[in-house]
Amino acid sequence: MYEQLAQQIVNGLLIGFLYSLIAIGLTMIWGVMNIINFAHGDFLMLGMFISFWLYTLYGLDPLFSIPICAGALFLLGLLIYRFLVSKVMTGPGLAQLVVTFGVSIFIANAAVYFWTPDFRMIQNPLLSGTWTLGAVDLSIPKAIASAGSVVVSFLVFLFLRKTKTGKAILATEMNRDSALLMGINTERVNALSFGIGSALVGIAGAFLSMYYYIYPQVGGTFGLISFCIVALGGFGSIEGAFVAGILIGIVQTLGGYFFDPAYKYAIVFAMYLVTVWIRPQGLLGW
Amino acid sequence: MEKTAFRRIAPGAAVLAALLVFPHFVKGSFPMHVMIMTFMFAMLGVAWNLLGGYAAMFSFGQAAFFGIGAYTSTILLMYYNVNPWIGLFAGGALAALTGAAIGIPCSNLRGHYFAIASIAFAEIVRIQFNNWKFVAAAEGLSLPLLPASLRNFMFHTTKAPYYYIMLAFLALSLLLCRYVSTNRMGFYLRAVKESHEVAKGMGISFVRYRLYAIMISAFLTAMAGTFYAQYILYIDPESVLILPISVQIVLVAMLGGAGTILGPVIGAAILVPLSEYTRVWLGYKGTGLDMMIYGALIMLISAYQPKGVWGMLTSIGKRAK
Repeated sequence: MYEQLAQQIVNGLLIGFLYSLIAIGLTMIWGVMNIINFAHGDFLMLGMFISFWLYTLYGLDPLFSIPICAGALFLLGLLIYRFLVSKVMTGPGLAQLVVTFGVSIFIANAAVYFWTPDFRMIQNPLLSGTWTLGAVDLSIPKAIASAGSVVVSFLVFLFLRKTKTGKAILATEMNRDSALLMGINTERVNALSFGIGSALVGIAGAFLSMYYYIYPQVGGTFGLISFCIVALGGFGSIEGAFVAGILIGIVQTLGGYFFDPAYKYAIVFAMYLVTVWIRPQGLLGW
Repeated sequence: MEKTAFRRIAPGAAVLAALLVFPHFVKGSFPMHVMIMTFMFAMLGVAWNLLGGYAAMFSFGQAAFFGIGAYTSTILLMYYNVNPWIGLFAGGALAALTGAAIGIPCSNLRGHYFAIASIAFAEIVRIQFNNWKFVAAAEGLSLPLLPASLRNFMFHTTKAPYYYIMLAFLALSLLLCRYVSTNRMGFYLRAVKESHEVAKGMGISFVRYRLYAIMISAFLTAMAGTFYAQYILYIDPESVLILPISVQIVLVAMLGGAGTILGPVIGAAILVPLSEYTRVWLGYKGTGLDMMIYGALIMLISAYQPKGVWGMLTSIGKRAK
């Protein structure tokens, strides 16, 4: 019993760290621009496919395609910000949201069109097999992906706190007008955060492609879960997203284990509803 | 004076007359289907507008109410032999109650927190129906075929009755929306939208009016759900409860121009034919090309015409004068 419980908690942590990384990308975009990027899950899917094709066509292991995924998604984020989102930044209420809906529908279906809706998998990646630690089995690709996610999340945290650009992003998050008055180019900060947020989910996609099925609709569930994580942690809060990601990973696996795997996402969503009922601003929001 | 009143009413009357005679001139089954779907999404957009447009409660979970309406009337008809018209009201009432139950904890959530909460709620409903043996889980339900009549809410040889029923539903929703927006409730909702704190200070019980708005919106959405079940004669979670339905409803209202009475109608009149015709022309092998173009158009229209098509039309109208 305890062994199984430990195993489930470990599994929850493994997926939770990855959730955190995905959600941090999303919460950065939100924090700076007050936008929910609905295409976030589809960006994840693109990251997975880039990694898949690099492996299939050029034999490049997912582990080495991480920087390529990051770069490609960073560029995509910049372009989408520059040519679509920035057009509606001053527009009415939800116009930004509708734009990202359009992007999401477009990307997901372009993937169906070019790559068919089939499920794919990276066969025999460099990392495979399991470690056995006492009673707990640890899948190596999952463990590396999670450890990598933690490292990247921590680097983002350092970047925001220690570098000038990072501080400019944080300042814009806190107060856009004051930031502008202090000489921060907020337009550049917007573009940069959209790019970085997208790059982070691209990295998560490369990690995920090491052990997860790759198909055009894969972003759907991950996207929804990451919205919940961001809201649960408090919109715009990097630390909140990190904590909430781990929490949701654990709740999901334990819920699936103790109740019914079919309901694991329902349990996550229910937990979100209960939490915001008690704390409408999320765990670490203000 | 008389002339301006005439000019105000005439365009609307002309459109209505054209819509009323449309089925007599267009006999094709597909154009009729497109019109019916347009009316239905217009109605769903109007219902969404009560929440999102007037009260700033951006619901992305309308599919839950739509599905509850579709499933309630269908279950009542299949298992208990209840007339679909009674099922329609039962579904509406159940959706309104569900809306109130979810609305009480959520009504003090703002902006994006409400949006995510509504998605979470709708996903829970979808997962539940997807695993619920009583409603045939993911297999879905085929409605029993009854003799065609208005009483049975079922017609087999012609789509015209469905057309008129949906048009009537849409008219009813528009009248209701107009009534609400010019009534005390509409002013209260907009006051709350402008500022929670001020409205509260004025002594407006915003939770109560927000709850009313959710219940009305849920009721109308469930009505459309029952209609859909009676029209398609087959429902499953994939066709009535999924997030893309909720998204389509938001798009209809937003593209038309949220917060205006006719906005969702315009939005539906553009989006629904667009998606139906691209599907028929390009989607013949399920290649995704149709939805790709649909998505591209949405992102381009909304990025370069952010006030909604209604806003675009009115600004063209002003320039023409």
